[in-house]
Amino acid sequence: MTDYVARLEKLEHFLIGISFLVCVLIVIVFVYFSFRYKRKRDDEKLEESSHHNTILEFTWSFIPFVIFMGSFVWGWILYSDFRREAPRDSLEIHVYGQKWNWEFVYKNGRKTSNELFVPVKRSVKLIMTSRDVIHSFYIPTFKIKQDVLPGLYTSLWFKANRKGRFEVFCTEFCGTGHSTMGAKLKVMSLEDWNNWLKTDPYKNLSLVEVGQKVFQGRCTACHNSTKEKLIGPGLAGIYNTQRELEGGMTLLADENYLRESILNPSAKISKGYANQMTPFAGLLSEEELSGLIEYIKSLN
Amino acid sequence: MSNYLNCKKGLFSWLFTRDHKRIALLYMITVFSFFIVGGFFALLIRLELFKVGETIVNSAFYNQLMTYHGAVMIFMVIIPGIPAFLGNFVLPLQIGAKDVAFPTVNLLSWYCLVIGAFVTLTSLFLGGVDTGWTFYTPYSIETGTAVIPVVLGAFIMGFSSILTGLNFIVTIHQLRAPGMSFFKMPLFVWSLYSTAIIQVLATPVLAITLLLLVAERVLKVGVFDPAMGGDPILFQHFFWFYSHPAVYIMILPAMGVISELICAFSRKRIFGYKALVFASLGIAVVSFFVWGHHMYVSGQSEWAGIVFSVLTMLVGVPTAVKIFNWIATMFRGSLKFDTPFLYALGFLFLFLIGGVTGYMLAVLPFDVHVHDTYFVVAHFHYVMVGGSIMGIMGGFYYWFPKMFGRLYNEGMGQLGFALIFIGFNVTFFPQFILGINGMPRRYADYKAPYEALNQISTVGSWLIALGFIVAFTFLLWAMFKGRKASANPWGAKTLEWQSSSPPPHENFLETPVVTKEAYE
Repeated sequence: MTDYVARLEKLEHFLIGISFLVCVLIVIVFVYFSFRYKRKRDDEKLEESSHHNTILEFTWSFIPFVIFMGSFVWGWILYSDFRREAPRDSLEIHVYGQKWNWEFVYKNGRKTSNELFVPVKRSVKLIMTSRDVIHSFYIPTFKIKQDVLPGLYTSLWFKANRKGRFEVFCTEFCGTGHSTMGAKLKVMSLEDWNNWLKTDPYKNLSLVEVGQKVFQGRCTACHNSTKEKLIGPGLAGIYNTQRELEGGMTLLADENYLRESILNPSAKISKGYANQMTPFAGLLSEEELSGLIEYIKSLN
Repeated sequence: MSNYLNCKKGLFSWLFTRDHKRIALLYMITVFSFFIVGGFFALLIRLELFKVGETIVNSAFYNQLMTYHGAVMIFMVIIPGIPAFLGNFVLPLQIGAKDVAFPTVNLLSWYCLVIGAFVTLTSLFLGGVDTGWTFYTPYSIETGTAVIPVVLGAFIMGFSSILTGLNFIVTIHQLRAPGMSFFKMPLFVWSLYSTAIIQVLATPVLAITLLLLVAERVLKVGVFDPAMGGDPILFQHFFWFYSHPAVYIMILPAMGVISELICAFSRKRIFGYKALVFASLGIAVVSFFVWGHHMYVSGQSEWAGIVFSVLTMLVGVPTAVKIFNWIATMFRGSLKFDTPFLYALGFLFLFLIGGVTGYMLAVLPFDVHVHDTYFVVAHFHYVMVGGSIMGIMGGFYYWFPKMFGRLYNEGMGQLGFALIFIGFNVTFFPQFILGINGMPRRYADYKAPYEALNQISTVGSWLIALGFIVAFTFLLWAMFKGRKASANPWGAKTLEWQSSSPPPHENFLETPVVTKEAYE
């Protein structure tokens, strides 16, 4: 996958191997003692045996100490080689975590949701921050993760050695949709990636189709395109109906209601739902917003 | 004959008792009741995870289940479990004292636990809480769930822990029987002493942190929330500054119990007494300097991660020493495989696995991979359940004849142990593999490739439940109907066995005078 994974796997094999060996040796000794020294008669006499031995006790403190320190140094070296600073020529991509999806912003302004596209054999540095609570960006196959915090940049870098699709998980508990907050990492050839970067994702799409695309990227963690409730309300059949709000008011769900509920969701809370949606003000272009509203209307 | 159980009668003679033995039994009832509650939550969690997709509970409810499972098991079961329940009963007896130093404060500790637990559990009726027992900010500031009662409850329960620790420190310093110098004390007393130091020094930090969290939610002061200019990583530092030492509040007393069990059932003096004493104290001291190993990927500085990695390795040395000394104690002993000793051996095996995986987790790049995955879940269950719960159960069976003057049913004790031990490994060993394969923790749902191992894990949880049902049923029966026990059914050497079973109101008819070394 990556050079780092190859190096880390050597360390893992050592850690698992030595742990297994130590466990087996200790278990053999105490199981042997269990059989060998089992009490046969209730009044059996014990041979005298010592209850202190400085050399023995020093030895069995010193050997683990050496193993522990050796493992620490190995980990330290690997960590310093690979984790601390990204190579200077890394390709930089901005990552935004929010409840409950990932947004990726490339240097030319191209944005994707829940899909990260990177070229193969090129170091990639992710510059990450969160729009709400703490999330954590974890690529299991590459064995790396980093918490993503609000109000601060953290970073993570990798260099994929082969093309493919890999899972990304959020590993810092972030609420109701935590376990659905995944993304796909797509590693492609440099040429394909360069071409992909230049394409306009909304080219030749109708407004409803633009909306559908936005919906699939940003909304599906919490909303169904049917009437069925997920974390938030199902969106089918909402448009042009009376919505009951927390506090007892009712309101017609027209375009302005939908617009406000997307941009500033805490302004009006639908009855029976928690106030937990991240505001999308500033995160969508006017075209995307209109598309989304048209898409919701098309679900009726 | 008059003993502490029958010397006074009536509910109030229990609720207002100042006798350490009766208070211990109040803790017993509290701790085991909450254990059943927390265990029930765990069974529901495992049941939901039996299959991919939403099956019995939705993700919002799942998050509450995992929060309450963690909070109940940690604050209401494992932390008070050994020190407050077994420690309260055994400590004064083992040092030849009539009671603890401050009997009224001892009762107050129990009330702090009960009131704190009550306050925490009121949140169940206010919409529940879904932050996880770690209350990480800013999620815990933003979430609309009932964070405040849970946090205030934990705050109150903290005082139970602080007061018990303080009481034990003074008791150990002031009330030892004539002739019992510090280095003649049983190792269980030493482990309670080490634990008490942590309880007194670390718990106030949690208390302050939790109050700040409440202030953050109510008064919007902006210490932890970046939206108000605060620092969310600061919360993690504060939280783990308590909660890592708290791990040793949970495990040190269990280690003390194991030392007692291994001596008693091997009929040997402990091997390397002083090494074990200094190992306990060493663990207590180093435990204050390793909290950052919970935060390798939190965004703290890389150098902090490196320093915490090497400090964490240091905890491994005294821990390894303890394991070697226990096994050396068995050498040329006369081993009897009664239920308490089986729990001690179970502890050795499970704690060994918990220990070596802890060592693996201390290695920085490995932790970066498995942090917040099921590897960590498996690791701390091996330490907490495999360590603390095995210690509580082993100690409970061991001192049961002393507490109630009756013997438990040996066959059923062993059956219960076998089910719990096998069930435990079936439940938690697969989780190591899930973690290495990248399954994150606190997930209400998971991807299909993780399903098979999750199913094995869930089946294991049923075996554990069955084991505890067997164990508790027959213990409850034995409390009232078991055969009468002699003063010293195990032939153990420590002072509590010189008193009758159950002991009289003030423990000893004549104050014992100590002339021998511990376990001699």
